[in-house]
This record gives sequence, C-alpha cells and structure tokens, in this order.
Amino acid sequence: MTTSPISGVHTSETRPEPTGDEEHLLLSRLRAGEDRAFDDLVRLAAGRMLAVARRMLHREEDAQDAVQEAFLSAFRSLDRFDGRSRLTTWLHRITVNACLMKLRSQRRRPERAIEDLLPKFAEDGHQAMPSRPWREEATCSADSTEVRELVRTKIDELPEQYRVVLVLRDLEELSTEETAEAMDMSVNAVKTRLHRARQALRALLDPYFLEESSK
Amino acid sequence: MSEPTPRQAPATGSGITCREAIDFIMAYLDNELPMEQRHEFERHLSVCPSCVNYLDSYQRTVTLGRETHRGNTDDVPASLLKAIGAARKRSGSA
Ligand SMILES: [Zn+2]
Repeated sequence: MTTSPISGVHTSETRPEPTGDEEHLLLSRLRAGEDRAFDDLVRLAAGRMLAVARRMLHREEDAQDAVQEAFLSAFRSLDRFDGRSRLTTWLHRITVNACLMKLRSQRRRPERAIEDLLPKFAEDGHQAMPSRPWREEATCSADSTEVRELVRTKIDELPEQYRVVLVLRDLEELSTEETAEAMDMSVNAVKTRLHRARQALRALLDPYFLEESSK
Repeated sequence: MSEPTPRQAPATGSGITCREAIDFIMAYLDNELPMEQRHEFERHLSVCPSCVNYLDSYQRTVTLGRETHRGNTDDVPASLLKAIGAARKRSGSA
C-alpha cells in the first residue's frame, strides 16, 4: 500500500496533519466513490479519532465502537460536508458527537459530588483553607508519561457531567458555543460547569504538586 | 501539621472576598470581566497570597489538561480498521 496519492500518509510514523490540498484531493476521490479513497480516509484519520474517543469514553470497546460509528456517519453524510471547514475538523466533530451519543446511552457510574472538590469558604467569604503554592517545576513536564497519566487519571475521577465539559473545552478545544451545542446546554451553563470542573481538577492535582515545605 | 491562618486578606471593608475572586477567575482569564470587577479582582490578589496561589494553580491545571493531551494520535488496531471497512460494505455507503 504505497501508492496513495496522499503523500506520507502510509509511510510516516507520526502522520502529520494532511495539507488542505491533500484533503481536497481525497475529498474529490471520496465523492467520486473511489473505493480506495475510503480506506485512505480511515488510515488518515482513525488514529486521531481513536485518541479523541479514548479521552471521552472509559472503555476501550466503546472507544473503538464510537470511531466506527463516526466513520459510518461521516461516509453517509459526505454529501453534506460543505468544505468550509477542514475534513479533519469535520471528522473530529463527528467523533465527539458519536462519543456523546455513547455516553448518553450508558448507565451512570457512581461518582463523587462536585461540591467535595470545590474550595471551601469561611463565613466572611475568605478561603477556609489557604491555597498553597505549587512547585515551580512540577507542571513543566507535561510531556512526561507520569504527569500525563496523573492528569488523565484525575480527569477520569471528575463527576461525569463536569468531566465531559472539561474534555470538550480544554482537551478537544471546542469553543464554548460548540460545546453548548454539542451538549444541548446554554452557553452560561457550559461556562459554570467548566469553571467548576477546572476547580475540581485543580483540587485533585493539588496534593501532587504542592511545594514540599507547604505540604 | 500546623495550618497557617486562613485570613490573609483583610476580612472586611476592602472590596471582594476570596469567594468572589475565585468566581471571577475564568472570566478574568478569558478577558470577559468588566473593567470594574477586573480592578476589584486584581486588588484582591494584591492583598491575598492564597488567591494568588489559587489563580496560579488553576491556570496550570488548564495548561496541563491541554498539553498532556494535545494532538496525539493513537495506533489503530488492525482489527478496528478491518471492522470499519466491513461495516462500510455492509451499510452499502458509497
Ligand atoms: Zn483571596
């Protein structure tokens, strides 16, 4: 399989983002119904889509299902893709929606109350427990496997409705408006939920990043 | 473990409380805070080290979420690639 017209897609380990021209060419092949173009699209986009689905869903099986459903839905609606956004962006949105559908169909897991993870205040409105500084270098190493794993685990511990908003806004980098639309919520509700989700994640990470002297 | 006194900012008579300051953080970072509240927020930070620490760790939390997940591509199991191809043929699209 080395004859794809999308240069580099099959050979590169890192699969760089396709250029607009490459996407355009692929799109016309898809619209022409060229069988191989569908395989090319899958090979081009599946890795990113699976990464998204794994971030959004807890179980590997569900993540793979969601990617498959996303592709089927994309194949069905290719005619409606207007080409104004990037093909990869469009597939990203479709994947997010497929994941949200999966989440909606799932039974809720037992989870902790968000209030337990929000800061507590004294009667006069000041922090009941002062916040202490984080180690300067603690969060510099976002690339380290350890930090990645920690952040991932802690995001997974967030109450579901907060976790999903945080994942969509801060990890998938959807706008507030896009998140509101995807989740069928108001823009203000998204903002409130995101702020609480970030506060809760901050609280979950806090013990790991405190300066030694202030622990 | 001895707790430092929580009341680092003057409790009364000087603008907003920690509760309000922490409420404002996201709007502040998004530049959506009206001028007057922005000033109140900054004034609170100038007298409240606890909220300075809170703001810093909040920002770092957001950055961490973003950076530890940015643009990664996962290896796709061959079985999934196959399943997608088979599902497409079954559904008869294209
Ligand atoms: Zn304060």
